[in-house]
Amino acid sequence: MDIDWGWIGEHTDSLGEHAVLHLRLALLPVLFGLLISLPVGVLCRRWGWLYLPALTLSNVLYAIPSLALFMLFIDYTGLNPATVMIPLTLYSLSVLVPNVVDGLASVSEPVRQAATAMGFGPLRRLLQVELPIAVPIVIAGTRVAAVSSISLVAVGQLIGQGGLGEDIIRGYQLQFQTQIVAATVLIILLALVTDAILVTVQRLLTPWARARGAS
Amino acid sequence: MTDVWNQIDLFWTWLTASSQWHGADGIPHRLLQHLYYSGVSLAAAAVIGLALGLLIGHTGRGGFLAITLANFARAIPTFGLILFIVVIEYSITPVLVALVALAVPPILVNTFEGIRGVDADAKDAARGMGMTGWGVLWHAELPMALPLILLGLRTSAIQVVATATIAAYPGFGGLGRYIIDGLARNDYQLVIGGTVLVVLLALIVQLVFAALRRVVISPGLLGSARSS
Repeated sequence: MDIDWGWIGEHTDSLGEHAVLHLRLALLPVLFGLLISLPVGVLCRRWGWLYLPALTLSNVLYAIPSLALFMLFIDYTGLNPATVMIPLTLYSLSVLVPNVVDGLASVSEPVRQAATAMGFGPLRRLLQVELPIAVPIVIAGTRVAAVSSISLVAVGQLIGQGGLGEDIIRGYQLQFQTQIVAATVLIILLALVTDAILVTVQRLLTPWARARGAS
Repeated sequence: MTDVWNQIDLFWTWLTASSQWHGADGIPHRLLQHLYYSGVSLAAAAVIGLALGLLIGHTGRGGFLAITLANFARAIPTFGLILFIVVIEYSITPVLVALVALAVPPILVNTFEGIRGVDADAKDAARGMGMTGWGVLWHAELPMALPLILLGLRTSAIQVVATATIAAYPGFGGLGRYIIDGLARNDYQLVIGGTVLVVLLALIVQLVFAALRRVVISPGLLGSARSS
């Protein structure tokens, strides 16, 4: 394996730009996914019969290869970032919805009753008791969604949406190892840093969990 | 909705054309390639993931390291990994290596969590009945962890079937070939055809695992286990 360090030195600017675009393409969908799956998860808890259809739908979505899902969306959205971001949002839902439901389900009945006894209405109980307790499980799902989203965006370059996938494909077309390695390693780093940030967020949001050693 | 019907119509015309059904470009050949890549990688990943997960879960040592490694493996972009190794050595091996790397984490993590989650009382009871370490693992821990283990295998299988489409990009065929070719030639019918076939295959995999679940899991566990 020959790494051309000179090339990397000359191209730090473009690699940096691609990395920023890559992150935006990967993480905005996870954010949308979170915004959608929180209410969906709450609704699934409230009306149990909703959960099975929601779960089945997300399982089916998960089975569609990213490449194919991008292709299918071209017909509706044209060649633009949405064509990559909508499928990634759908993928993140398939991880996030079950985790939100599991997280809310992990709130024990006595805790719920205690909140009710203290005079909390359903909304206040949800926001101040149930959601905070669900945070570790929700963030565990967000970590999986974010990391897989970051590594999937690379495929989006096959329909020309840029990011570090551009370097992977260009490097492959030119049989230039350095460019592929640089982009692949950068993607891994982006994923690991994002993961570390989410772990930190979780620890900050749930200081009480640390004592039990749950990370 | 007309768009959706249009897509279904395109797919049906494509699927039922007789030229699709023989030769190296035919559906049976591409499907076999796809199944071969997915099957080999999943089998290898299952051996690695199960062995490590059982070992770590049973001994209770190295859990943190295993989960960290599994998370790390998840961060590797399969696409970059495949193309990178293919540039060094043009053969199918890199594709399989990348698919194995993709498939190990869910199996490993679920096996580990499954074994670790087995009730301590159940293990004590097994030991009390005179079982050795192997006996406890084989007769008590494994059967009780099976629901989670199967869930991990299913997740991996679906990911592998879906991701094996990428093998077509460096020219190794499989069902992804239709998608890549369709993209290159702007032939939307071909893209739909390949996509629907892969999705159908993934759904069949789900059904197989649902059936396995009924067969191999002890009926006593099915009532309490999370049904997903």
